[in-house]
Amino acid sequence: MNGAFLRLRALIRKEARQMLRDRSNLFVGLALPVVLILLFGYSLSFDVTDARVAVVMEDNSAATMNAVAGLAGSDYLSPIWTYSMVEAEALIRAGQADAILRVPAEFTRNLLHGQGNLQLILNGVDSNTAQAIEGYATGAISTALQHIADRQGSPAAASASVTVLQRTWFNEASNSTWFLVPGLVVLVMTLIGAFLTSLLIAREWERGTLESLFVTPARPIEMVMAKLAPYLVIGVIDLAMCLIAARYVFDVPMRGSLWIIILSSLLYLLVSLALGLVISGVTKNQFAASQMALLASFMPAMMLSGFVFDLRNVPVVIQVVSNVLPATHFMGLIKTLFMAGDYWPQILRANLTLAAYAAVLILMATRTLTKKLD
Amino acid sequence: MQAVLLYVAQTLALIRKELLALLKDPSSRTLLFAPALLQALLFGYGATYDLTHAPFAVLDHSRGAASTEITARIEGTGVFRRAATLESSAQIAGQIDSGKALLVVIFPADFERRLSAGAEAPMQVILDGRNSATSGTAAAQVAAIVAAYNQSLGATSPVTITRRAWFNPNFESRWNLMPAMIASLSMLQTLMIAALSVAREREQGTFDQLLVTPLTPSQILIGKALPAILVGIMQSTIIFLIILFWFRIPMAGSVWLLYFGLLTFTTAAVGIGLSISAVSLTMQQAMLYTFMLIMPLMLLSGLLTPVRNMPQILQLATYVNPMRFGIDIVRRVYLEGATLADIAPSFLPLIGVAAATLPLAAWLFRNRLS
Amino acid sequence: MTPIVEAAGLRKTFHDRDIGDVTAIDGLSLCVGQGELTALVGPDGAGKTTLMRMFAGLLKPDQGSLTVLGIDVARRPQAVQDRISYMPQRFGLYEDLSVQENLDLYADLHGVPADQRRDRFGRMLEMTDMARFTERPAGKLSGGMKQKLGLACTLVRSPDLLLLDEPSVGVDPLSRRDLWKIVHQLVEDEGLSVIVSTSYMDEAERCAQVHVMHEGRMLAEGTPATLRARAHGLTLVATPPAGTPARDLQARLIDAPDAIIDAVPRGGNVRFIRRPDADPARLADLLEGASSQTRCEELEDSFMILLREQDRAAEPLVAQAEPDRPPGDGKPVIVVRDLVRKFGDFTAVASTSFEVARGEIFGLLGPNGAGKTTTFRMLCGLLPATSGQLEVAGRNLRVARAQARARIGYVSQKFALYGNLSVRQNLEFFGGAYGLGGKMLRDRIRDAVEQFDLDPAAQSGLLPAGYKQRLAMATGLLHRPEILFLDEPTSGIDPLARRAFWRRITALAKGGVTVIITTHFMEEAEYCDRIAIQDAGEMLAIGTPQQVRDMAGHAGARDMNSAFIAIVEAGRKRRDAQAAA
Repeated sequence: MNGAFLRLRALIRKEARQMLRDRSNLFVGLALPVVLILLFGYSLSFDVTDARVAVVMEDNSAATMNAVAGLAGSDYLSPIWTYSMVEAEALIRAGQADAILRVPAEFTRNLLHGQGNLQLILNGVDSNTAQAIEGYATGAISTALQHIADRQGSPAAASASVTVLQRTWFNEASNSTWFLVPGLVVLVMTLIGAFLTSLLIAREWERGTLESLFVTPARPIEMVMAKLAPYLVIGVIDLAMCLIAARYVFDVPMRGSLWIIILSSLLYLLVSLALGLVISGVTKNQFAASQMALLASFMPAMMLSGFVFDLRNVPVVIQVVSNVLPATHFMGLIKTLFMAGDYWPQILRANLTLAAYAAVLILMATRTLTKKLD
Repeated sequence: MQAVLLYVAQTLALIRKELLALLKDPSSRTLLFAPALLQALLFGYGATYDLTHAPFAVLDHSRGAASTEITARIEGTGVFRRAATLESSAQIAGQIDSGKALLVVIFPADFERRLSAGAEAPMQVILDGRNSATSGTAAAQVAAIVAAYNQSLGATSPVTITRRAWFNPNFESRWNLMPAMIASLSMLQTLMIAALSVAREREQGTFDQLLVTPLTPSQILIGKALPAILVGIMQSTIIFLIILFWFRIPMAGSVWLLYFGLLTFTTAAVGIGLSISAVSLTMQQAMLYTFMLIMPLMLLSGLLTPVRNMPQILQLATYVNPMRFGIDIVRRVYLEGATLADIAPSFLPLIGVAAATLPLAAWLFRNRLS
Repeated sequence: MTPIVEAAGLRKTFHDRDIGDVTAIDGLSLCVGQGELTALVGPDGAGKTTLMRMFAGLLKPDQGSLTVLGIDVARRPQAVQDRISYMPQRFGLYEDLSVQENLDLYADLHGVPADQRRDRFGRMLEMTDMARFTERPAGKLSGGMKQKLGLACTLVRSPDLLLLDEPSVGVDPLSRRDLWKIVHQLVEDEGLSVIVSTSYMDEAERCAQVHVMHEGRMLAEGTPATLRARAHGLTLVATPPAGTPARDLQARLIDAPDAIIDAVPRGGNVRFIRRPDADPARLADLLEGASSQTRCEELEDSFMILLREQDRAAEPLVAQAEPDRPPGDGKPVIVVRDLVRKFGDFTAVASTSFEVARGEIFGLLGPNGAGKTTTFRMLCGLLPATSGQLEVAGRNLRVARAQARARIGYVSQKFALYGNLSVRQNLEFFGGAYGLGGKMLRDRIRDAVEQFDLDPAAQSGLLPAGYKQRLAMATGLLHRPEILFLDEPTSGIDPLARRAFWRRITALAKGGVTVIITTHFMEEAEYCDRIAIQDAGEMLAIGTPQQVRDMAGHAGARDMNSAFIAIVEAGRKRRDAQAAA
């Protein structure tokens, strides 16, 4: 037992030294999270501002001006005034406008009969933005009309209608940063695994160092543990950076207990590092390992874990695939922990799942280091 | 003439070798083409902002005709699926916290009474805001359903707004995301292949052997770049075909222009990859630098969120990001049917990146400080 | 004596998709005694490495039984691995760790207690002469020092059995001497049991038992003396008439397999083995008046006889058509003047000057880390010189047009071909890169495959070390270069293949090809027209092999190996004295 401990210590020291010697490794391990934190925080946003709406004024009356004046007052829209559909269409085609609001020539006349009709043409390519613009434009115009109606002193007769009182839990202001930043923790942890450990075993195979190491009393499990340990430390530093940035730079609430957030993140970090090792050990080849790491960890974590795309919207088959990914379990958990609080059934389920993954992956990594050359 | 033939023959030998190294064993072939196929299918279904069968729960204290009808309308859209019918407000938290319901619709006890009295009747909608994109869409959908219901009650507005959506009439977010994949998915692996190509030779000691042959830097550049570009275009084609024939998203523009765009884009990406490769001493370094670059490239490309929502300074930074313009070209040619004249400005940054990185890589082959 | 390794009916087959099954070990049995130094020798691809790996529990035999230290290795490999030490052919040093850190790692893994460790490290560092470099990263050591460090790491404790797989490949004579001194000392002092595989027959000669392997089977075994006896009475030495290079006589002899089994130049003479049934008249004919006398037989002689008896005996040694070029005209093709290369503070090459004439074979000798490879890389244009002048065929290849490089061939020290491509694909690629194509390329590839006894379908990276080296040679010669740079081309290849290789080189030189070559086999220097000895970046001696031997005085009279050691040691002494002054 003592021997095992000494060997483990020696192997950890070796891995740590190798990690520290390669500056590029360390640099990426510590600088990447900073870059990601800043990029995520500032570049990703679903919140549309200053959408460019080309307004085609085929009718220039005062009433028309009043009706569309609301657009100019909106924070979300910035109108571009044009005089023909041809011009507006060209703007859309050139990508210089996102929507066209057409005020037909007979608008004023029809408005007097209560049948005013405006045409809103949206570039549907970016469907999210298009829908947002539709909402803002409709809202702005109806507010303006309401205003006109109020000033004319003809309050709309109160009639039977349903109003919706909307409450958004966890994220009152529907700030997209709040839901993206917790995902950042997941992505950073995933990437650390993919980057740092996925070449470790493959490199030893390629450089022939394993053959010497095999014929020593070192056991495969000790080699795996030793490879995990130093990167776990890097991961913890990264985790701390993420949590501090989330809390103090982006003001994301942390409604769950801090220690549960930390413990769960560490567990996921272990899963992620072990996954990297498995990739490394299975491929035995740095070229293949780096491709696998890219494909198996990063892309799925970004696209299929519920990071931006809500898993409740996807077909069952995809949900099944998503649930195979450890990232999905951690993503759901961390979003809940940040925004909703300690929800124990999920904490237990997710952590047990992650623990099972960690165990299985570490076992698999150990198997890839079975002392055999054929 | 003789010299030209020799140049071409030598370069072809290198290209052949590179392709062999990439495609020789079945496992590496699988690694190059299966992921494109798999990812296109998975992400095609998985990467969507559209609500389908979003679960909702109903807490109906009023139990009247109006609340039943509104509930029925919500269910009838196909967007929502009723996951639970609640008995008391104590159950709401459980539904939302566990994620079983994306939203809970609550009708107060006096809902029916107020409506029949001709007054405004508020109903409450509680949304799970953990994913603000989804909750926002759901809220808008519910609002639209309620507005339609109000219209049926006879409420009128002096102005109606008719909406038409060009290029994507049903606002399907898949239409927006999938064409972007043609460029972005293939770029990841292409960049990685290019980045590892020279680094691998340096690490394994074969690069010296290559440098003592009469191959010129330009030949090595072409020999290294073309296979990577070819792999990129092949991957793009796989994704393109899946989008066209499996997901049946109609192609509005010219296939030739699309491929011209992809070629320019892939060349720029390979230029970046080869530059990384030429400075890296080991594969580990090349891989780390690539990963380090891929993240910003993805995030600043407009793949997930529009570039226009970014702060000004980051928007400027996107001008050196080939992925941004690759996605732009593909989206606009595919969906909008843009012509070369429409998208010519998007080609310029790509050509700029390629023109800067490719010669840099070629120069670095021989002149990397050792 | 109790056997420490006992193998019976061992068989091991590797499955390869491209070339089908390869039987590496084919019904082999052997018994190795305790406390002895045992050598495994055999030509390339004989299965030595496979056998070593089976001993170490890294490969499982398909058939047969194998016990090491009385333990069934196949069933309990870890139990064996806990007690043995193994130095693979390519010792996996962690290049980013320092010398001391590498030693510490292996000492920790073997659980060497702290007090024993201090003594042991001290002794190892002293024996390997590396005490000065403990802080240096292993990757920055020269090839020979890496091997010595590998050995030191393997010997951080006294194992019950030490396995050394070709420990001296690519190691210079001085380091080789040191390395063997360590092994011998441990065998004597600690009664260590050692199994070593080697392609140096002089090393096998120092072992208690020698096992000769061939194609996965045991060809012969016994003490060096019993094995040597096979060559008794067949070994002769001939002195060529004054003015005739020894290598011309050697070439004539080795080209006559009907009468001669083997011939090598040595110390200005030619040592050869005659066939037992050789016609005396035919012999006299071949010698052309050169006087000959009998000499003592060596293990290498028996080895050559054993191998020639096998199937490869029929193989013709030379088949390569002489290139159609004017023979040597004495004009300098390579001119190096005051060449200097510094890496930071470290001077790898210090003001070196030499010239090589067309058709000359120029040997660059020197210990590991002497700056030979750096000089080569500068000549080939791979590395800019810090200062000085260098010309290859009238040009500096670093700045010359690319086609100028078509005139040179370069075989680097480390295997530098594409490991995942087949032999044929490698040849096709490099042929194509040199502008060969069509029928000409096909013909040349066919010739190369035949001459170097290569399997075109085999995957290059999986070839045995000796065959990798042959492929590298075949590739470097494919475009028939005018100037050949060969950096340790014969490291790790068997004596038979080395003979064939040198026969080819001398033929090429005769056809006007200029050859500049480095080697750690000092007897190979005898094939060269002129040699230079370099150490620590400085040129210590330059001249014909005879001149260099004379320069070494008494020590050089015996052979080039002793001359080399004497010159390098004298140079070092002088340098140390200068440093002290």
